Amino acid sequence: MASQLPPEFIVKIDYDHCRRCRRCVMNCSFGCMQFKDKVVPDHKKCVACHRCVTFCPESAITIAKNELAYKENANWLPEVRQNILKQAETGGILLAGMGNPRPFQILWDHMLIDACQVTNPSIDPLREPMELRTYLGKKPNLLEFTDRNGEVDLATTLQPQIKLDVPIVFAAMSYGAISLNAHKALALAAKRSGTLMNTGEGGLHEDLYSYAGNIIVQVASGRFGVHSEYLNTSAMVEIKIGQGAKPGIGGHLPGEKVGEEISKTRMIPAGTDALSPAPHHDIYSIEDLSQLIYAIKEATDYTKPVGVKISAVHNVAAIASGIVRAGADVVTIDGFRGGTGATPMVIRDNVGIPIELALAAVDQRLRDEGIRNNASILCAGSIRNSADVAKAIALGADAVVIGTAALVAMGCRVCQNCYTGNCAWGIATQKPELVRRLDPQVGSERLSNLLKAWGNELREILGSLGVNSIESLRGSRERLRGINLDEQTLKLLGIKPAGIGQ
Amino acid sequence: MRSNCYIPSGCAVSGMMSESGKRVDGSDIIKSIALMHDRSNGLGGGFAAYGIYPRHSDEYAFHMMFDNISVKESFEDHFKDRFDIVLDEKIPIRPGAVFEDKTSGRYNGYGTHPIINPPLLWRYFVDVPESKMKFVSESEYVVEEVMEINSTIDGAFVASSGKNMGVFKGVGYPEDIGVFYKLDEYKAYIWTSHGRFPTNTPGWWGGAHPFSLLDWSIVHNGEISSYGINKRYLEPFGYKLELRTDTEVVAYLFDLLVRRHKMPIELAVKALAAPFWKDIDRMPEPEKKIATCIRQVYGGALLNGPFSIILGHNRGMVGFNDRIKLRPMTCARKDDTLYMASEESAIREIAPDLDVVWSPRAGTAVIGELNEEVV
Repeated sequence: MASQLPPEFIVKIDYDHCRRCRRCVMNCSFGCMQFKDKVVPDHKKCVACHRCVTFCPESAITIAKNELAYKENANWLPEVRQNILKQAETGGILLAGMGNPRPFQILWDHMLIDACQVTNPSIDPLREPMELRTYLGKKPNLLEFTDRNGEVDLATTLQPQIKLDVPIVFAAMSYGAISLNAHKALALAAKRSGTLMNTGEGGLHEDLYSYAGNIIVQVASGRFGVHSEYLNTSAMVEIKIGQGAKPGIGGHLPGEKVGEEISKTRMIPAGTDALSPAPHHDIYSIEDLSQLIYAIKEATDYTKPVGVKISAVHNVAAIASGIVRAGADVVTIDGFRGGTGATPMVIRDNVGIPIELALAAVDQRLRDEGIRNNASILCAGSIRNSADVAKAIALGADAVVIGTAALVAMGCRVCQNCYTGNCAWGIATQKPELVRRLDPQVGSERLSNLLKAWGNELREILGSLGVNSIESLRGSRERLRGINLDEQTLKLLGIKPAGIGQ
Repeated sequence: MRSNCYIPSGCAVSGMMSESGKRVDGSDIIKSIALMHDRSNGLGGGFAAYGIYPRHSDEYAFHMMFDNISVKESFEDHFKDRFDIVLDEKIPIRPGAVFEDKTSGRYNGYGTHPIINPPLLWRYFVDVPESKMKFVSESEYVVEEVMEINSTIDGAFVASSGKNMGVFKGVGYPEDIGVFYKLDEYKAYIWTSHGRFPTNTPGWWGGAHPFSLLDWSIVHNGEISSYGINKRYLEPFGYKLELRTDTEVVAYLFDLLVRRHKMPIELAVKALAAPFWKDIDRMPEPEKKIATCIRQVYGGALLNGPFSIILGHNRGMVGFNDRIKLRPMTCARKDDTLYMASEESAIREIAPDLDVVWSPRAGTAVIGELNEEVV
C-alpha cells in the first residue's frame, strides 16, 4: 500500500543553472536524487541533510519545507497527524534520532552572567593567565601533612585524577552508532585538545588503543566489547545506567550494521543484532551498582576513576547521592535534550527533566550532604555553546559533555535520521562508501577548533567576571541571574532574578 | 542594625607586629591608618589588637554589639547558659570622639567626623563549661556559639571572640574610631587596622573590618569575586555566612584550613591565593605534588578578585595579595617589628627609618611569627 504521508521537504532544482554533473546524485545517500536526462528529486526521500546543497557547484539546489495547507488546528498539528498516519501504516514504534526537539523552555537562555565594573577589575585574558584546567575524580575533604623538622610533605594520597585542559569532554557515542572514522576524529581531537572522548557502549576498536590516555571506556548493559584490556586501555571507566534521550530504555544496533570490525570490537557474531537491555541485569539496586564499581576498580587496580552516567529523571538528586555513596568518582547527568542514534520518539520527547534543573539539584544535594568533593559532576544533554558551558559550571558542574555539538562540528546537520544508517556525512553510518566521506584528520581539526574557540570564549567570560581560574566560577551561582523565570524555578536553580544585587 | 545591602569594599589596611612580643599602645597604628584617610570614605574603620588582656588571657573575650538594651538582655539570657561569665563590662569609649592630631599627609580635615550613634558595646570574658565539651572541642564549641548568636539573635553581633585579643570597629573614619575606642590605652604586640570605602551605604557597625572568629582577624582591601563559591564551599562545614560581605569568607577559610584541617599557614595561603598551574608545573617535587593536590582539593577555597589581606592571630600576622596583585601591599621591617600596609607612606609615617622595605609578589605570603621563646 502506498504511503499516504506527504513529503516533509520539497527539493527545488534550478535547471537554468544545473550543469547536470550528477554530484548531487552521487552524494545523496537517501536515494532522493535520480538522473533521467536531468536531476529528478523524489521529495518523499529527502531528509534535509543538505549534502546535495553543500556539494552542488552551481548552488542550484534548495530544500524547502513542504508547507502544505492543513485545516488549522492548534491541537492536531500536522506533525501529530503525520505520526498517526505512520503508525497506522506500519503498526510500529516511531523511531527518532538526536535529542528532544520540542519547544520546551531552554533554561540556559534564561540565565545571564555577571561582569565586573570598577570595584573589582575585569581581567584581560590576552595579557594575564586564565586557567581552565580541571581535574576529574574523587577528592578528599581535607589534606593532611607531615612535618619532619620543617620538611613538610603530603600525608594524604589522592585517588586518581584525570586532567582536562578544557572543561569539555566528548559524549559517549558508540562505534556502531557512529562510524570508526568519527571515533578516530574524536580520539584525535581529544588528544590534541587535552580532553577525553567516550567510547559509548560499543567497545574500543584496536586502532584507537594508542589514545588510551584520552579515552573514557564505557560499560553498559550489553557489556559489548568489555574485557580486561579494554578497561585498562583508558583514562577512566564509565558505567552507563541511563541516557538523556532514552531514560530507562535499552539500545538496539541492527544486525546489518554489525560488520566484521564491529563484530570484533563488540565481541558478537557478525550480522547479529546488538541488543542492550534496559537495565543492567546484574544491577537491580544501588548496592549492586556499588559492587560493579568496585569490581571495575579491582580490574583496573584502583588506577582509574570510575564514573556512573544517569539520565536526568525526577528523583535525580537522591539517585546521584546514592551513586556517590556507592563509590563513583564521577557522576554524569544527561538531560532530557541529550542526543542518541535511535530512540522511541515517545520516550525522547516526553521522558526526563531539563539538565539545568537536574544539575542544580544534584550539586546542591551533594553539598547539603557534605559529599560534593567525593565526586566530580559532568553535565550533558544539549550544551550548545560556550555560554552554556559557563552557566553549567556556575551551577556546579566540574565539566560538560558535548555530543550533538561535536557531531555538528564534524558535519552533522541534525536531520535526525541517524538510526537509518544512511548518514550522508559519514558520521552515523557503517556503509564504507559513506564512512570514507569523513576524514578523521579533517574531522578532528574541526573538533579541536570548536574546543579552542569555546575555550577562548570561556577565558573571556572568566576575565569579564574578574576571576582567573575556572574553579572560581565553578558552583558560583552568585554570578548568574535568572530572567523571565518563575520564583520556584529560580529557587530550584539557586539563583536570584536579574535586577537583584548581591 | 544589620542592613541587607551587600557592600563591596575598597579600603586601606595597615598592620604591625613585634616578633619579640613587645607590646605598644594604639597611637602608632591610628596614625598609620590616618595617613591613608583618602582610601576610606567614613563608612567604616576598625582595629584588631593582640595581647591586650593579659589578666584574662585564658578566657575568651567576646566583644559584643547590641542594637539596644533589650537585645542585650535577651542575649545575656541566651549566653549565660552557654558560658561561664568571669567578667562583663562596658567597652570604654569616648562618645563623639575625633582624631585631632596631624599627619604628614596633606589632608587637613581631621576632627570633623565625630563618631556618633554607636550601638551598645560590651565585652564578656568567659570560660567554656566542662560539660559543653563532651562532644566537641572548646574552639569548635565557641565557633558554633558565635554562628548561632550572629544568625539567631537579631540585633546582637559578635565582633570578636578570641583569647587575649579584641576587635574595635564601627562606622566612621578609622582614626576617629581608634580615638573613640581609646586605643591609646591598650597595649598589643600585634595591631591591624582598616579604613573602609564601601560603594554602598549600610551604616552598620558590624559590617566594618576586621572580621574575626576565635583569634583570627581579617582586614581586607578588595573584593572577593569568587565569594559565591567560597560561601557555598564553607556552608557544608557549618559556617553561616550572615554578614553579607565578602571578607568574612576569608576569616572562615583560615579557621577551616588552619584550625580544623590543621594545615600549616603557608600552605593555607597556597590554597587561598594558589600559584598558577604554569608555575606549579615547573616546581620541583614534593612542592609540585603538594601545590597540585591543594588546588585539586581546595578549589572552592581559592580567593579570586583583587585583594590585599592582613590576617592576625595570636602567634602572628600574615599579609598576602591576590594572584595577580590587583591591590597594593608594602611590607617593611625595623628591628623586631614587621609592618604591612596598603602604602609605604603609612609605614614611614610611624617608622621613618626602616631596615628594609619590599613589595611582596602576587600571591606570595609574608608570614610574621612571634619568636619561639615568646609565651
